[in-house]
Amino acid sequence: MTSLENIRDMVTDPKYTYRQRVAGLANLAENLLDPPAVRKQCSDALSNRIICDMYEGNAPYRPRYLLPDYKKVLVNGSAFLELPPAKDLDDALAFLLIMYSATPSITGYPVYFGDLDTLLLPYIEGVIDEDLYAKLKRFWISLDRMFPDAFAHTNLSPVYNRVSKMIFKLERELLQVVPNISLKVDPVLTSDEYILDAVKTVFACGKPHFINDVMMQSDLGPDYAAVSCYNSLKIGGGSHTLVRINLKATVEAADGDIEAFFETTLPYYLDLTAELMESRILYLVEESHFFESSWLVNEGLLDIDKFSAMFGLFGLAEAVNILMAREGIDGTYGHSPAADDLGYRITSFIAAWVAERKMPYCKGNNGHAFLHSQSGIDLDIGVTAGTRIPIGTEPPLIAHLKTVARHHHLFNSGISDVLSFDDTAVQNPQAVVDVIRGAFKSGMRDFTFNLDSNDFIRITGYLVRKSDLAKLPSARHSSTYLGAGSVADSHVDQRSVKRVTSAESSPSAGS
Amino acid sequence: MLKAHQAQVASLIPFSWVDGPGNRFVIFLQGCNFNCLACHNPQTIPLNTPRANEMSVPEVLEEIRASMPYISGITVSGGEATVQHEFVVDLFKEIKKRPEFSSLTTFIDSNGNAPKEVWELLAPYTDGVMLDLKALDDASHIALTGSSNAVVLESIKYLDSIGKLFEVRLLLVPGHNDSDDELIKTAVWLKGVNPDMKIKINAFKQHGVRATARDWPEVSDEDLTRYHSHLD
Repeated sequence: MTSLENIRDMVTDPKYTYRQRVAGLANLAENLLDPPAVRKQCSDALSNRIICDMYEGNAPYRPRYLLPDYKKVLVNGSAFLELPPAKDLDDALAFLLIMYSATPSITGYPVYFGDLDTLLLPYIEGVIDEDLYAKLKRFWISLDRMFPDAFAHTNLSPVYNRVSKMIFKLERELLQVVPNISLKVDPVLTSDEYILDAVKTVFACGKPHFINDVMMQSDLGPDYAAVSCYNSLKIGGGSHTLVRINLKATVEAADGDIEAFFETTLPYYLDLTAELMESRILYLVEESHFFESSWLVNEGLLDIDKFSAMFGLFGLAEAVNILMAREGIDGTYGHSPAADDLGYRITSFIAAWVAERKMPYCKGNNGHAFLHSQSGIDLDIGVTAGTRIPIGTEPPLIAHLKTVARHHHLFNSGISDVLSFDDTAVQNPQAVVDVIRGAFKSGMRDFTFNLDSNDFIRITGYLVRKSDLAKLPSARHSSTYLGAGSVADSHVDQRSVKRVTSAESSPSAGS
Repeated sequence: MLKAHQAQVASLIPFSWVDGPGNRFVIFLQGCNFNCLACHNPQTIPLNTPRANEMSVPEVLEEIRASMPYISGITVSGGEATVQHEFVVDLFKEIKKRPEFSSLTTFIDSNGNAPKEVWELLAPYTDGVMLDLKALDDASHIALTGSSNAVVLESIKYLDSIGKLFEVRLLLVPGHNDSDDELIKTAVWLKGVNPDMKIKINAFKQHGVRATARDWPEVSDEDLTRYHSHLD
């Protein structure tokens, strides 16, 4: 519950910009209200942080993630915004900036900018490269300065085109935190040339993230996007809320062996997670009346039937390791087939449970929540993101991919991994293309890699610049504060760097 | 004697980014017919050593299978790959024959000290050879490797003529084979064989070498700039 002290701090703390202060005050005001009612065991689990509402606020009055249908609004124009359909590139770029400023979200900034290459392609016929560069550059700088939040995310289509090529060029030149970018990769439609361009862009600025377009389309249909920290959702829809279960805390909440965990402890806390989720969805839809009052809904840019909610989990690695130790079995997650199998048994169990549990206003996923491997927040200390391997203990690349890839098909609203590569990659970008294609062939849904030597560090899914961390306590991007917490507490800057080299200089005997 | 289809393997690397194009599975065979002072993995020089593993073609294929979705190809290195060329031929033949491996390219990383007859056996199943030229000057070559470079130079010409020479690698050691005069002569000779010859510079590092070479100077940034000015 908000105290006067909290409000006073938010007003006076010199580290915040004006907009950060306004958003903070709004959040404090919201938290003067009581949260949606749940049973005592549910609120207890929440206060013990075995389950977590992501500190979304006590009175949800907008969906956590929403993905307006920008394509539709550019073609139709908007009565609410008093804008006619876009006729040319200048119209489209101005229209989009206006749209972003009018799009609600949990952070105050849009989490989705649209699939910008697809959106802009119809408007660039006759625009020469020089003009496209100049116009897109102004737009790109505007995105970073007007929406300074690393969760703001654009996607690029699988087919290389003039716009995506120009976007990568600008990315390498501008080195901005915003927008975050995901590249949809199709094994056939996406050329090596395109992925190479993307890989070289990653070397410069840590973007884009790579997503498996085939797997995503089969789960979500053709109109989907990855937004915020790798939440894959339907365009024209979104996610009402994100509630997550801390698997480490779940294991620690009760004694007992592996079978007791599956029979009793896990289902008990899954049920409480679902209860918390349900209460928040009902409040959003039935109390706040978002879907009855939003102009985005009225103009057909959002459709409640394309919404679901995200059922997140994290701390799988620790849960597995504790259970293994309890049973006296050797092996840890990422380093032992038995541990990896136990991990998969847990995620499969949860996936089946979530697929059975009815959830209100979730027609976007046939009346059920989406499963999500949650990539963590700055307050998670000693608990590993989603289904990832604990930072600093990651095995060599091939073993790393094998451990994590098997989980990916279960998580229809996203999962992710961060691989850290050294400069060997820069000399052989084709090798990175091979790893990306191989990862998707072996069932990965989405992942990203960091080059150890550039200025960008990927925290959970979003980026901060190391040079911005050095400038704290004040920062223009609100996400930089979250990143600072993660670097200090979770050592995300200490991921095991993959030096994928030969044994030329240090051969070992045997295989 | 080695049995048919068996190789002495020093080590296997599931992913390598420094042994040819793309991500590659690398087989380091045991045994080399040169004895280079600057060798970075001298423990792979002797043949018939207990530290090597004897492996069959099916056993190596099984290891490659685990890397399959992620790799562009395989590279056989050493040691010296051509010393056990019967095994390499058998392995590459299987790779080319089986549909499950059809996406892979087959490369050899060699010191070039193999006669034309050996290359003729390998060529039908080999996509590219990365060949080391330790020195163009024969006296320097003998000093560095213990052997003449006559066969190596013939290998370069032959492999280039059949379109199988992927690149020539020069391991440059300050004070031993990196004079302006030698670099220019080397560049002229290689470009004479093929004006589009791909030349890769490997800079000498002390890591891993034996005692004799441990005091040799490492390549400096200035050296590297000079090398590139002559060879690019």
